[in-house]
Amino acid sequence: MTDTPSTPAADAQPNEPTRLKRTFFQTLELDIRMLGMVGAFVLISVGFQILSGLRNSGGANPIDWLLNGTFVTPRNIFNLTIQTVSVAIMATGMVFIIVMRHIDLSVGALLAFASAMMAMTQTLVMPGWLGIPLGSAWIAPVAIVVGVITGMAVGALQGWLVGYLTIPAFIVTLGGYLVWRNVAWYLTSGQTIGPLDQNFQIFGGINGTLGEAWSWVFGAIAVAVTIWAMVRARRLKVAHDFPVKPIWGEFLLAAVAVVLVFGFVWILNSYEVPTARLARDFAARGETMPDGYTTGYGIPISVLVLVVVAVVMTVVAKRTRLGRYIFATGGNPEAAALAGINIRMLTVKLFMIMGALAAISAVVASSRQTFHSNDIGTLDELRVIAAAVIGGTAFAGGIGTIHGAILGALIMQSLQSGMAMVGVDAPLQNIVVGMVLVIAVLIDTFYRKRAGV
Amino acid sequence: MKDVRATPLCEMRDMQKAFGGIRAVDHVSLELYPGEVHGVLGHNGAGKSVLMKMLSGAYRRDGGQIFVEGQEAQIDNPRDARKYNIETIYQTLALADNLDAASNLFLGREITSSMGFVNDPMMEAETRKIMSRLNPNFRRYHTPVAGLSGGQRQSVAIARAVYFNAKILIMDEPTAALGVAETQMVAELIGELKRQGIGIFLIDHDIHQVKLLCDRASVMKNGRLVGTVNVADVTEDDLLGMIILGKMPDQAR
Repeated sequence: MTDTPSTPAADAQPNEPTRLKRTFFQTLELDIRMLGMVGAFVLISVGFQILSGLRNSGGANPIDWLLNGTFVTPRNIFNLTIQTVSVAIMATGMVFIIVMRHIDLSVGALLAFASAMMAMTQTLVMPGWLGIPLGSAWIAPVAIVVGVITGMAVGALQGWLVGYLTIPAFIVTLGGYLVWRNVAWYLTSGQTIGPLDQNFQIFGGINGTLGEAWSWVFGAIAVAVTIWAMVRARRLKVAHDFPVKPIWGEFLLAAVAVVLVFGFVWILNSYEVPTARLARDFAARGETMPDGYTTGYGIPISVLVLVVVAVVMTVVAKRTRLGRYIFATGGNPEAAALAGINIRMLTVKLFMIMGALAAISAVVASSRQTFHSNDIGTLDELRVIAAAVIGGTAFAGGIGTIHGAILGALIMQSLQSGMAMVGVDAPLQNIVVGMVLVIAVLIDTFYRKRAGV
Repeated sequence: MKDVRATPLCEMRDMQKAFGGIRAVDHVSLELYPGEVHGVLGHNGAGKSVLMKMLSGAYRRDGGQIFVEGQEAQIDNPRDARKYNIETIYQTLALADNLDAASNLFLGREITSSMGFVNDPMMEAETRKIMSRLNPNFRRYHTPVAGLSGGQRQSVAIARAVYFNAKILIMDEPTAALGVAETQMVAELIGELKRQGIGIFLIDHDIHQVKLLCDRASVMKNGRLVGTVNVADVTEDDLLGMIILGKMPDQAR
């Protein structure tokens, strides 16, 4: 709707010369900007693969470098995905915030607050005050509900201050940035709280994965849903006599989707669980491990959470009135108000969504480190904003995509861990990430001028 | 000189609105009859846009009453006005530039599926239907309206007002941004809507246009109503005199 720079050629007046210049990508109705980002990501990956290979093997043979690199390995890709999840989840919400011409500087602090509330629920409130035994199956779900309610309540308060009392979001959330982390500090007396509940920890990445078989099942479901959605979209267009892509284009895109999904599953399944840990697991069940037994981790539960968040947020953005109104208000607040949209209430809902997502990120972040600490999520607000902006969200409002923000988060994380891997000094790492952020926006500005959107 | 064909489609009685100490609209009363094109004239800042925005719900009035088909109407926001089938084409067009034509046309009134999701293909189909009537050359259904020409944007704004069965239509300088052919198209459209019995308030600076299109005209100056005249009974100079000097022409007195 708003995000794709559309396909001018497909709708152009018949006599316009652009009609003749229908390119391959336009025929496939692909977002060129998105392809650019995918290209950048591939470039970064190959670059770090070669650089890390050079460090590992030396020599003068580039093929050796590629083969000996440690960046594009199941282990590193697995780590990269679980490191990206927390920021990526919040970045999907930040897209909505920035699209509506606001900003939220409080997400890192809010993450810490939600994390503290959840940690206290599972280690103090439920076992101590309510007498529910540690390890009870109730602890994790109740803790998560408490966290999400906390996030939404704080979001509602901040949204009310912005929407109804018309305090600029920058100020409200700058205040929130100082308030919420320190509310958490106050509640926990600054103590680190852990270990967290065992069931809660499955959201932490390596402590909770689907395993090989279920990962394939998930991949198959994802592929089936994708193809079903493509068929349905095409049928709807045909039913209304709208132009559709050529059938070979649909097949090509479907094939790409299948390869990507199954490739991803295959890579994560190839990251093998260490033998010592497997032996421990077997011993815990009172069995002995067969000789030569190996298995892969598969898809982390946290990545599954991100996938669900991404799908839900994309549906909200494109298929619900709420999303339509957020984008319309970002494009022209006056027009939205004249169309009868209640912008104040919309602002409250907007910040509530962000709060809920910060809480979900808190689940992932705290269970990944298996405890709550005061500094959890520090600087996340900046990473989240950077991810959304690198992902093509325009600060002027009205433009942004969920998948772009997730890709933005992935690009940032791969830059950071890639540089750490090849031994770039810490100050240089931040210098590079900062420059990438500015350059990404610069390229975006040029692109938008040329595309006229 | 009052038109006594029927009960007024819309009547505004003693409307008032002040901004700070300035009385933007000062005890103004107007009526609009079915099938009438009613010009609203005046200098910039005369209060005509404010008066119309109170009717469309964009501004909340300080005092006065609005009647639609004889019944008092409670209009406090744009949603209320839409409920009474009062549609407005704003001078600024009030389009969300980042959305396409269909999304703008249905903004605030989206067609949804049984599951509550917006039904974009249906809305696009409806948009294509009405645009083929209003602007047959329109093809750019998937472009954000920021990328459209002035005339195309205008036709989207007009389509939005016409699509939802307006009874009362407010047009704020609908032809200001248009070329000759497009202005002609708007004039034809106004004639067609008139035949359907829709009442139209037309804000326009072009006296010639007003003489051509309007049945009656009301002139405002400094927030007050100078008077309402039958356009056929007055000359363009008379209208100019009302706007500039704020006095009624002799023959209409």
